[in-house]
Amino acid sequence: MFLINCPYCGERDQQEFKAGGEAHIKRPKQPTELSDDEWAEYLFMRKNIKGVQFERWNHAHGCRKWFNMVRDTSNDEIKATYKMGEKPPAQ
Amino acid sequence: MTKNLRVKSSEYIDETNRISFKFNGKTYHGFKGDTLASALLANDVHLVGRSFKYHRPRGIMTSGSEEPNAIVQINPGTNRTEPNVRATEIEIYEGLEASSQNCWPSVEFDIGGINNFLSPFFPAGFYYKTFMWPASFWEKYEFFIRHSAGLGKSPTSSDPDIYDHRNVHCDVLVVGAGISGILAAKNAAKNNFKTLLVDEKNELGGSTIFENNEFNKIENKSPSEWLKKEIDELKSIRNLEIKTRTTVAAYHQYNYLLARENLTDHLETKDKTNKIRQQLLKIRAKKVILATGALERPLIFNNNDRPGIMLSSAIKKYSEFYGVACGSKNVFFTNNDSAYESALSLYNKGINVEAIIDIREQSESKIVKKVNEAGIKIYWSHSVVNTAGYKRLNSISVMKLSNDGTSVTGNKISISCDCLGVAGGWTPAVHLYTQSGSKLKFDEEKKVFLPNQNTSEQISVGSCSGDFKIDEIIKNLNQKLKDTLNIKLTDLDNIKVEVDQENSKRNIWLLPSDKPVGKTKPFVDYQNDATAKDIKLALREGFRSIEHVKRYTTTGMGTDQGKLGNMHALGIIADTAGVKMGELGTTTFRPPYTPLTFGTIVGRNVGKFFDIFRRTPMNDWHVENNAEFENVGQWKRAWYYPINGESMHQAVQRESKAARESAGILDASTLGKIDIQGSDASEFLNRVYTNAWSKLAVGKCRYGLMLNEDGMVYDDGVTTRLGENHYIMTTTTGGAANVLGKLEDYLQTEWPELDVYLTSVTDHYATASLCGPNSKKILKKIIPGLDLSDENFPHMSFKGANIENIQCRIMRISFTGEHSYEINVQASYGKDLWEKCMEAGKEFNITPYGTETMHLLRAEKGFIIVGQDTDGTMTPIDLQMDWIVSKKKYDFIGKRSLYRSDTMREDRKQLVGLLTDDPNTVLEEGAQIVSELDQSPVEMLGHVTSSYFSPNLNKSIALAVIKSGKDMMGKKLFVPMENKNINVTVSNPVFYDEKNQRLNA
Repeated sequence: MFLINCPYCGERDQQEFKAGGEAHIKRPKQPTELSDDEWAEYLFMRKNIKGVQFERWNHAHGCRKWFNMVRDTSNDEIKATYKMGEKPPAQ
Repeated sequence: MTKNLRVKSSEYIDETNRISFKFNGKTYHGFKGDTLASALLANDVHLVGRSFKYHRPRGIMTSGSEEPNAIVQINPGTNRTEPNVRATEIEIYEGLEASSQNCWPSVEFDIGGINNFLSPFFPAGFYYKTFMWPASFWEKYEFFIRHSAGLGKSPTSSDPDIYDHRNVHCDVLVVGAGISGILAAKNAAKNNFKTLLVDEKNELGGSTIFENNEFNKIENKSPSEWLKKEIDELKSIRNLEIKTRTTVAAYHQYNYLLARENLTDHLETKDKTNKIRQQLLKIRAKKVILATGALERPLIFNNNDRPGIMLSSAIKKYSEFYGVACGSKNVFFTNNDSAYESALSLYNKGINVEAIIDIREQSESKIVKKVNEAGIKIYWSHSVVNTAGYKRLNSISVMKLSNDGTSVTGNKISISCDCLGVAGGWTPAVHLYTQSGSKLKFDEEKKVFLPNQNTSEQISVGSCSGDFKIDEIIKNLNQKLKDTLNIKLTDLDNIKVEVDQENSKRNIWLLPSDKPVGKTKPFVDYQNDATAKDIKLALREGFRSIEHVKRYTTTGMGTDQGKLGNMHALGIIADTAGVKMGELGTTTFRPPYTPLTFGTIVGRNVGKFFDIFRRTPMNDWHVENNAEFENVGQWKRAWYYPINGESMHQAVQRESKAARESAGILDASTLGKIDIQGSDASEFLNRVYTNAWSKLAVGKCRYGLMLNEDGMVYDDGVTTRLGENHYIMTTTTGGAANVLGKLEDYLQTEWPELDVYLTSVTDHYATASLCGPNSKKILKKIIPGLDLSDENFPHMSFKGANIENIQCRIMRISFTGEHSYEINVQASYGKDLWEKCMEAGKEFNITPYGTETMHLLRAEKGFIIVGQDTDGTMTPIDLQMDWIVSKKKYDFIGKRSLYRSDTMREDRKQLVGLLTDDPNTVLEEGAQIVSELDQSPVEMLGHVTSSYFSPNLNKSIALAVIKSGKDMMGKKLFVPMENKNINVTVSNPVFYDEKNQRLNA
């Protein structure tokens, strides 16, 4: 079980958190102007990387804040966590 | 007549404390400190079980948790019975009963033993090959296979014991309290690290405390003597917690480990009650020191499984630690020096050691010389080619080994013996290490897999890291401790160690016999009866991956997970396939290290603690008034209130009629409530609901539908504007937490610029929903001062008021289609509110109704329940709710998806009403709907989502989702059931008061 460093609360057990899928996918500002394919790209298409992946996590049973995480999916090493809106740390 | 094989007094056995126990119905005696295994051996009982497949007699092989054979049923026939327990781990207590498993009628005479003689017909993959044809026979085969599967018997009544979970945090966790673990823990704790030392056994010291090689010395003392002093010193160290009888079962990432602490299994039954039996420790350690030791390997030779054939190290432990001789005529069979220590242990106690068979050509170590001097015959370069004795070993056959070790030559020598100690070298216990995700590397010289690439803050020390001799152990341990704990000095810096230097070994994975492999039974996995022959067959049949060979032959798949034989299986595969063991790799080591009880896993989460349940403030009233309850999410909701022995149907029919004819009252406290505040609250609602919110006046209510981004209905509920920047949103009972989560997600990640604050207030308010034509009169009695006229307080509006001096929020909204009010008060006044309503409504026969009646009443009106009439694939258009989807709004969650080619298909399933041709036939929810009866296969057009008998319409009504249902009004369809076909007609889903006249009645 991961030990996750919530950017607001500090290190907490994984069971306090909820994973929220791939990070840095921005909801289009003008969805109506997108083709079905473009909208589907936003809606359905997610990466499934073996290696370093950017993810959204929510401290659901804690401060309820959403934040981002850089995790290596091959060995579950959490490389960094950072607040929403912040730039991912350089890898 | 049983023999007494107790040979000397041992400080670990209390001979003044005699304990009687039963094994297979017979009473035996042992002493405090004995395991079931040592006590049985002291009584000369070796035969304890039958093997899984061939039902071969099996005895005790080991002295620890790696035991494959001596697994027994504890306290059979009681509610504390437990199957598959290792006799080598059970500490005996007065009254303990144990019995053999997998044998009938008894372990001495087992009918299944016939399988042994039929074994040529049970090759690897026998079941896969045999029960494949004819396919239709599988069900018949299954009955017999299931009957013969499994070893012990599960208990049939509930577990009387209590179990617990505990979180533990430490700086350093040391796993294993052998010499390395003890020294590591001591130095960590002395350097101010909060340290936890755990060991699966009840005594500290591992194998060193019964070490008897007189040529090994620490500080001029025998290692056991020196270590005992170290152990005594541990007690005075602060920062150090020691837990014995504690097995680390799993090692997860981020140094999160699960350990099972056994608290009462060694106690007498009367002392077990009202105590926690086992405790699951959830350990978070900053650093982990693995000192898990090594397991002795057996040797793989023909008929190597008979009772009386044991690990050499186990014989030593029984002799030195428990004071028990495992046989009266002992022979050892070895490929290294360690068997000589065991032989000397017996010899020094005056027990007969007939011979040592050594596959090496020679050894120069001092201990071998000592054995020679003792006059024990050593057969160098010899191998055991066969053994005899069905229920107990009585002799072995020995032949000279060829130089290359692949065959035997010369005359066969027969040696009579009743106990054979085998020593095949040592396998580091790297199970936990690999569970943590760390990687192993094969050491070609030592023929072991060793820790190589650590993934977390951990070190492996002692024999689990490949250091087998005391001088290497202490030297490497010292350096590793300094590195990992970042300390300069330890008390190991100047320790003087002497060791018997010679340590040669000759490794042959499968020892040859004078017979071809196909005619022999060299067991690799004792518990599952997998032989070297089976492994070779699997390779001939084309299996290459170690994981596939494992599953095909079942090698390593028993309750012992092949702790003894897995390395040999790998070796035999590597040799046969001509690959290197390092390239072959190992099978995956998975948790738990040794089996766990279900009790330990679930801890306190049993019975009413299995899940949280939530009760409304009015709950006591419902209970007092005999309500039946249903679970809605975690809530216990009043389902219906039967009176005078009514059935559910009768109660619901009565409640439904009363609510429409006079007055009903529903406990609606469970509905999710989210308080929304902020200057952008209206804009926020515009974005999350399909309809428009900006123009909703303060004091007004509006029904909203919430979609997922994929356009599918997610939740619904009424939201009320309490002030300019203040709303209260209601959600479905089950959806409350998810809706809040979703709204927070959008607020925090997509629209952080919005000034909006969300607070869950579900538990803060209690809600009573008053409905029916007399609801207005009842409310008037409760709050005389409130103007309830349609002009002042119209449908879909809100008033703040006081009931006496209790503030309340009243919404005139309706989920039944009747004139109704939802009254919200602070939760603590919920029951008072309810009782006031009941009192005021008495003259109108106010009828409390539960969720079932609520569902029926809303179905009469064609109102959907999200999650019942929708299933995550329904758009508002599918639900015929186009009216609630704003065409004007530029965007809202899910809007774009409503214009995808798929969501705009005409032939999607759409919500319609269904009327049965026979008004008394009520459809089953979930029943399939078809348009043809004489076609096969027939297309399923949809299914029934809600179905009731309506007392107000006096007929059966149903809601259903049907492909292109919107265009099917009046069409005749069929609902085929098991015994009959029901004729139905598609209708408008609004069955009652289509013009909504009753809202203002």
